[in-house]
Amino acid sequence: MNRLEKRDRHVRLALLVIAFSAVSILAVITVFMFEQGTPIMFKYGVKNFLAGSDWYPSEKSFGLWPMIVGSIYVTSGAMVIGVPFGLACAIVLTEFSSKRVRGVIKPLIELLAGIPSVVYGFMGVVILVPFIRETFGGPGLSVLAASIILGIMILPTIISISVDSLQAIPPAYREGSIALGATKWQTVRMVLLPAARSGIIASIILGMGRAIGETMAVIMIAGNAISVPRSLLAPVRTLTSNIALEMGYAAGEHRQALFATGVILFIIIMILNTVANVTSSRRKKAKG
Amino acid sequence: MRHPIVILFLLLCIATLPSCRGGRSQNDVIVAGSTSIQPFADKWAEVFTESRPAIGINVQGGGSSAGIQACKSGACQIGMSSRELKADEKDLHEIVVARDGLAIIVHPSNPVRGATLAQVKQIFSGDLTDWKFIGGPDKEITVVTREEGSGTRGAFQELVMGKTRIFRGAITEDSNGTVREIVAHDPNSIGFISLGLVNEQVRALVLDGAAGNEANIRNGSYGLVRPFLFLTRGEPTGAAKAFIEFVLSDEGQALVKKEGLIPVK
Repeated sequence: MNRLEKRDRHVRLALLVIAFSAVSILAVITVFMFEQGTPIMFKYGVKNFLAGSDWYPSEKSFGLWPMIVGSIYVTSGAMVIGVPFGLACAIVLTEFSSKRVRGVIKPLIELLAGIPSVVYGFMGVVILVPFIRETFGGPGLSVLAASIILGIMILPTIISISVDSLQAIPPAYREGSIALGATKWQTVRMVLLPAARSGIIASIILGMGRAIGETMAVIMIAGNAISVPRSLLAPVRTLTSNIALEMGYAAGEHRQALFATGVILFIIIMILNTVANVTSSRRKKAKG
Repeated sequence: MRHPIVILFLLLCIATLPSCRGGRSQNDVIVAGSTSIQPFADKWAEVFTESRPAIGINVQGGGSSAGIQACKSGACQIGMSSRELKADEKDLHEIVVARDGLAIIVHPSNPVRGATLAQVKQIFSGDLTDWKFIGGPDKEITVVTREEGSGTRGAFQELVMGKTRIFRGAITEDSNGTVREIVAHDPNSIGFISLGLVNEQVRALVLDGAAGNEANIRNGSYGLVRPFLFLTRGEPTGAAKAFIEFVLSDEGQALVKKEGLIPVK
């Protein structure tokens, strides 16, 4: 008995150490990033960093405004494309198709999530960019191209979580609605979508997180120009691609400015997550 | 430990251990810096170590600025830079090991054959936005540039732009290869890459009446030339010295010429 108790204690201790090392890695990354990135922001002024539109690190001008706008544009574009398609797909899979069809299609869609982003980027460069250039003009490398590719990339996230939350609705909801004489579409629109709302919102937020953090595919197809895009066909640079594009050669203050880019991205994502958490928890409370 | 997979994994770890050699021998030379010079330095190192197996040459990338920093701090014996040193970097000992032309490239279907450096400057500063102003079709110019910190961009900035900035709307890519790839597929684009990397997919513009070739670079009529520099802290010694001597020898310079660069002699 004594031996077993001892072993129990050892296992508990080992698990504790492992668990805390995971958390401490997160803490180390955060502290390191802020330690590297914030001094330069205060040196040249936080306002210049956030609102300046000139990014010429070799001339000591570090304005991130075009990249902040770029990240927001590209992410919103991905949402505009990904959310309707994803939601429609989820509704069809749960409400308008047989179990067999669902059993085939859902795993296939989840497979999409396993394709490396560089492959999406490559497809974008080879197929989408020339198509946009020849059809709409401009360089092809554009907000539009990045939005479409990111919209496709977030589909699996949106579809699989929405499907799960639609399926989790108790059958009584559906049956009750149909029994009251509602059509299938009325049931979906007025009963099921509101009931699955928190799951659907969670899927959209996770998709948004993937879109704003995506780097490789965006570098390949967005064109990475440092100006605020004037149209959907203009090239754009996001915060993530700014870091990845320039880190290879950056030294000194340039390197610190890239860490500052990371800090700002970190803060934007924190804000998004907090807003999402607050709205979903408020909804839960309201429901009771 | 009962799982065969765990044991297999551990064995694999042990088997790969010898490949991470701890500590370097006295004869190892670390060469680090510009990614433009790196492929050529790899070539030199390969041929050099064939005849002198006792010396190891370890070539690393990182970019010109990183190479200069590493050389200053002593992290490498030889730094590589594909741009001229700035005033505060001049305390390093510099050796020109080769020269490289910069080519201004366009799509092969573009009717524009040549331009003046002043026009190129206007295009990259965003003042000249349409091919029709320099004898081409009525199409907007797609300008492709390199990212901040790149040695190629640094050289272009210095040789063509001077104090003028490359305009913000220019498409930015992170390697010579990607710039060439984009220009090869976009009929309205213009970009700059290393002269040695121009191939049949793109066409190099004739600048101020001179085509980019060895003769024109030697007689000075083609202006877009940058030095490839090896940097050392003080006079090179020992294995580093032997390697630099090899690079500057006829054999080393012949290698350079074969790869499309301009030898120094």
